[in-house]
This record gives sequence, C-alpha cells and structure tokens, in this order.
Amino acid sequence: MSDFKINTNHLKLLEDEAIFIMREIAAQFEKPALLFSGGKDSIVLVHLARKAFWPAKIPFPLMHIDTGHNFDETIEFRDNLAKEFGCELIVKYVQDSINQGKATEEKGVNASRNKLQTVTLLDAIEDEKLDCAIGGGRRDEEKARAKERFFSHRDDFGQWDPKNQRPELWNIFNGRKNMGEHFRAFPISNWTELDVWQYIMHENIKLPSLYYTHKRKVFERDGTWLAWAPFMELKPTEEVQELDVRCRTIGDITCTGVTLSTANTLNEIVTEIAASRITERGGRADDKRSEAAMEDRKKEGYF
Amino acid sequence: MDNKPEIGLLRFTTAGSVDDGKSTLIGRLLYDSKSIFEDQLENITETSKRKGNVEVDLSLLTDGLRAEREQGITIDVAYRYFSTPNRKFIIADTPGHIQYTRNMVTGASTADVAVILIDARNGVIEQSIRHTFIASLLDMKHIIFCVNKMDLVDFSQARFDEIKAEVIKLSKKVGAKNIHIIPISAKFGDNVVDKSENLNWFNGSTLLHLLETVRIADDYNSKYVRFPVQYVIRPQSDKYHDFRGYAGRLAGGKIFVGDKVTVLPSMLTSKIKSIEDFGNERYDAKSGDSITICLEDDIDISRGNMIVPSDNLPELAKEFNVMLCWFNEKSLQIKSKYILRHSTNEVKSVLSAVNTKLNINTLEEDADKKEIKMNDIANVTIKVASPVFIDDYKLNHVSGSIILIDEATNETVAAGMVVK
Repeated sequence: MSDFKINTNHLKLLEDEAIFIMREIAAQFEKPALLFSGGKDSIVLVHLARKAFWPAKIPFPLMHIDTGHNFDETIEFRDNLAKEFGCELIVKYVQDSINQGKATEEKGVNASRNKLQTVTLLDAIEDEKLDCAIGGGRRDEEKARAKERFFSHRDDFGQWDPKNQRPELWNIFNGRKNMGEHFRAFPISNWTELDVWQYIMHENIKLPSLYYTHKRKVFERDGTWLAWAPFMELKPTEEVQELDVRCRTIGDITCTGVTLSTANTLNEIVTEIAASRITERGGRADDKRSEAAMEDRKKEGYF
Repeated sequence: MDNKPEIGLLRFTTAGSVDDGKSTLIGRLLYDSKSIFEDQLENITETSKRKGNVEVDLSLLTDGLRAEREQGITIDVAYRYFSTPNRKFIIADTPGHIQYTRNMVTGASTADVAVILIDARNGVIEQSIRHTFIASLLDMKHIIFCVNKMDLVDFSQARFDEIKAEVIKLSKKVGAKNIHIIPISAKFGDNVVDKSENLNWFNGSTLLHLLETVRIADDYNSKYVRFPVQYVIRPQSDKYHDFRGYAGRLAGGKIFVGDKVTVLPSMLTSKIKSIEDFGNERYDAKSGDSITICLEDDIDISRGNMIVPSDNLPELAKEFNVMLCWFNEKSLQIKSKYILRHSTNEVKSVLSAVNTKLNINTLEEDADKKEIKMNDIANVTIKVASPVFIDDYKLNHVSGSIILIDEATNETVAAGMVVK
C-alpha cells in the first residue's frame, strides 16, 4: 500500500466508530444535513455516510454554506460529487445574508467572510427545519474543539455552552432536545489530520486537485502563504508570486493558507504531513485572531 | 482493511488530584513523542513568558477553554491524540476534583487503560482511592499508577517502595487487576518517554513503552455476542428491491454467515444470510465492526431490538440492579421516573430502591442512603416499563451499561453498570 511506517490498523477502528455515529444520527434525528464545504474532511464524511447506509442512498442532504469566495474547482467538484452519489444538495449563500442586512462585510486587509458563515448557517438550519448539522470538525484541530462532543447540543439561539455539555458515556448518545434546539454531530471527532490522509489513501477517495501540487499566485502574510484572488486587498509590502503549492485545508479563499509543496500523490502528501511540524490550522488566518478565536466563534454557532 | 489481531489504537484516561502534575505529564508525553507542532509550542512558550514562567509550562497544552487557561484548571473531559510508530493513542484527560467524578466516569467509559497519578510526597490519599475505585468499577483492562514528582523526594527508592505497598493494598481492596506502578518526574521527563538516569534502580518500563506494549485482551473470543440494531436499511431501489438489512456495531465475540440467531424481544429465530460491507462479500464479523446483517427469514425488526446467538441469550429483565453514578445537580429521588437508554433501546424507568451507597473516598458503606447527590455512586434497583436485554457489565460493556435521561430537561443525569 505504501512505504509509510506508521501502522494503519487503527483506521478500521476509527471508521467503525464514525459509521456508528452516522447511523445514530440518521436514527435519532428527523432532519439532519451533512455540512459540505468541498474540503477533504467533508469529502471523507460523505464517503463514510455512503458506507454506513449502503446499498441505500445517504438518507440526508448535503448542505454547503457558500461564502462566494471559493476556489472555482470546489464548486465543480461539489456538484459532480452530489450527482455521482445521488445526494440532494442544498446551497445557502453568505451574499444573501449580506443583502438582507443580517451580516456585515468585514473591511480591510484581513477581511474574510469566514465568520459571516455563522449567520447564514443558523438561518439555514431554521429555514430548512434541520435538527442536526453533521460536521467534519476534529478534536485535534484546535484546543476548543478538543472539548467538543460527538453529539453537541445547541440552544434555540444556536449557541454552544462548553461548560455545560452532556456527558457521553460508552457509545450511548443522547440526542433528545426541545423544539427549536438542534445538534451538531461530529463523526470524525477522534481522527487526526494524518488519520484523514491515511484513510483517503487507503480508500482511494477522490479529492479536488487543489490538494495536490499546482502553480498558483500566492503572497506571504504573517509567515503564512495565502492564495491570491482579485478581491483581496494587499499590504504595500506584499508581493504576488507564482509558486508550486498545495492546499492543506480548503475553506474560504481569503483565509486558506497554502503549503509550498511539490507533493503530487497521496503517498507523497501523507509522508509530507507525517513529517510536518506545523498544524494545519496554523495556516488559517481565522484562528490567528486571538487565543480564544475558535472558542468564541463556536459559542456563537460556528461549525 | 487489514484485520491484524494486534490493537493499533489504545484509549486511556488520566486521573490525578489538582496538583499532581497531570497536565504536565500529558504535555510531556506529547512533547517527548514529538507530537507537538511548532506553532503550538510557539504559542505556549509565549504564554508561559507572559505569565512570568522561566520554563515552558507544558500543562498549557491541554487547557482548552478560556476559563481553564485563566484559572489554571481543567473543567471538562478533553481529548488528546498522539501516535508512535507502534500505536495511536487517544487520551481522555479528566479533572481530578471531587466534584468532577462524573468526568472521570465519562472519560473511563471509553478507555481501556487508566493512568492514575500519585504525588510522591503525599502517597495514597483520598483522591487516589476514588480514582482507583472508579477505574476498577469501569472495568479498565489495566491501571497504571505513576508516582510523580520523584525529583521532590530525591528519587528515593525507599519512598517509592512505601507508596508501592500502599497502592498494592488499595488495589486488592477494590479488586483492581493488572496494575503497574512506575516512578516518574513529568516535569523533567524521567521515565515518561526516556529511561531515567536518576531512577536507575527501577527495572520496569517507562510509561510510554508500557502504553505501547500493554496487551489489551480483545473480546473477539467472548461468548456474549450482542448486536443492537441501530437502523434498518431498505434501499427501495430496483436493484435492491427486497433488501432488508439491519445496521449496527457488533459488541463482543464473532459472528459467521449461517449462525443461528434469536431476535429480542420477539424471541423469533432465524439464520444470518449475509454480512454486508459496502459491496464486499464477507463471511464473518468481529466485535467492534460496524456492519449490516441480512437474515434468512422476514421478521419484523426495528431499532432497539437485539440480535444474539440462539445458544447464549442475555437476560430479559424488567427489574435489575446497577451501580449508578449520579451526574446531576438535582439529586435523585426514590420513585422518580427517568428515560433509560440501553444500547439503542429506550424505555421508561423508575428507581425502585437504593440498596447501598458507597463513600468512595473511604470505600465504606454510607448509612445515609436516602439521597443520591451529584457524584455519588450507589447500588440501586431500577424497574423498566418493558424488558431490556442485559448482561453483567463485566461480561459485556455494551449490554451491561445504561444512562438515565431527565424527561423534562433532556439532560443525561446518570450512568449505570449492570451488576448481577
């Protein structure tokens, strides 16, 4: 399979656990949806959901909260994936929330629509009457996420109360709720970035080519390489260059860091990740805002 | 995927009192096994400096929430991950305060091994008793006692031997099996990942080496094969028109195509026709596998039912005893009604009697057993509206465990282990 030294038999256990969670979600909630960003974690979620319900189709829709600041390929990949696997796809636009005056565009060089997604997401949950939003969040990503549950309760304002979470014992999950409340569910909570990549390689899961090396216009800001797009404001000292890069995460283009890399196969990527000394969120400008940036966003109802 | 018998994943929980250095130990494991990334290290180095610490405070790695960082405490169960070439580890890091017994129970419920810290200066104290008791109650496969802060007792072998004797005595008292005792200094790294020069009189493994090699006896050979049905899969497509599969995760032992099975609670019998796995043909499945089972006969089966081998049935009980750990601020009252969840099944229940209440700091029986308060542990009798299919917790953790849910608030208020 690969010459990579770390053993992979833990992947089976992580997969069994994630499939178990997927089935609990389908059984305990009336109208769940899988939050699909076009990133590798949500692509893995779709794969796990297909396995969980095979030979039936995935019994819930995919939902994309579209910031409008996407890599073109993400959208194409998303539409093809939904078609290939016969999934219903719901798309909600941050631009609509801005037009309705519910969200205000950030200004300045670090402007991003990442935080605005929360408004659109909470509206979408209400409009679609969803009672569970399935996310690809992992506990290893960030320290506030390390406290997250598999089944994470949200009050009727969509808020997370990290100090008052339901205890989760053995594999018994309590998804009971009152009207207006909902849950976030995280089937790959226990996976690390390396697990995700090893699993993608093991299962031969198709990914957008952005994850592999390609030439891209980029610029450096605060020690991180960011992809350049025409709507991004540059500081006077910043200079756009074309380099060999690949994405380590894919999100809103304004805050997705890229890695200088010539890795062109999954095996090369896994080897690169295993040797890496920087976390993948280390490249995300949205987390650099403050020490508790993620905790604050999550409390408000972020992914 | 390869099904090698060795376990590539070990889940362990850590418990210790407030200043036992638990966060430092976890930080040390992550740091010395090179699982800390540069940006994380940069972050905590900066915070340590800002707080006026000379050395990098490794405990900062595990404090996730703002309130925890501000107060320097752990509030909730936090999960940490690290890997060595031999194993992947999931740590459930639980706070040590008495008021957080519920967190330790939660952390231990998904763990195979408990790591309990003891301060070398203080030896076995009340909290050590509680931690050892809970680890044993939750049926940990191994308990590793780390006698920490050996640097503060001059790495004294005599002091270690004293504590070792206390630990062995305590373990016998609570019935803890497979215990290991290691002298360490988390702060300086002695015997955590690398062998200590200061503790050269100690011949045993370092903590990491033990975690990497400790054998987690798999329960593939268990006779107590249980398959709680999670979800019924009916594709209703042309290709799979008559397909009717029962999805779930096998708990205990192995099953094979052709096995004679009984469906609970209907008691109808059938045979396993196929085991489905994403289009791959397979003839068997083992404990822990998430699978879909098809049966030879058309039987009405839904979520909450259980498929079991016909020659080994669990007990269909309407009234049974559990060791209950109470989690809620509102205390439990006799005759109170709760929703009881057992595997994928949910029934109404009422607490009919408190048999004994334990003082888990002294392991003495508590005379006052009228009220069960938050973090209390008691042997209680529960009556259910319709029978549940139970085994003793020690025989099967899935069919032997329950939670109670408050119908008014939907909160999980208690966890219980079936005792027979």
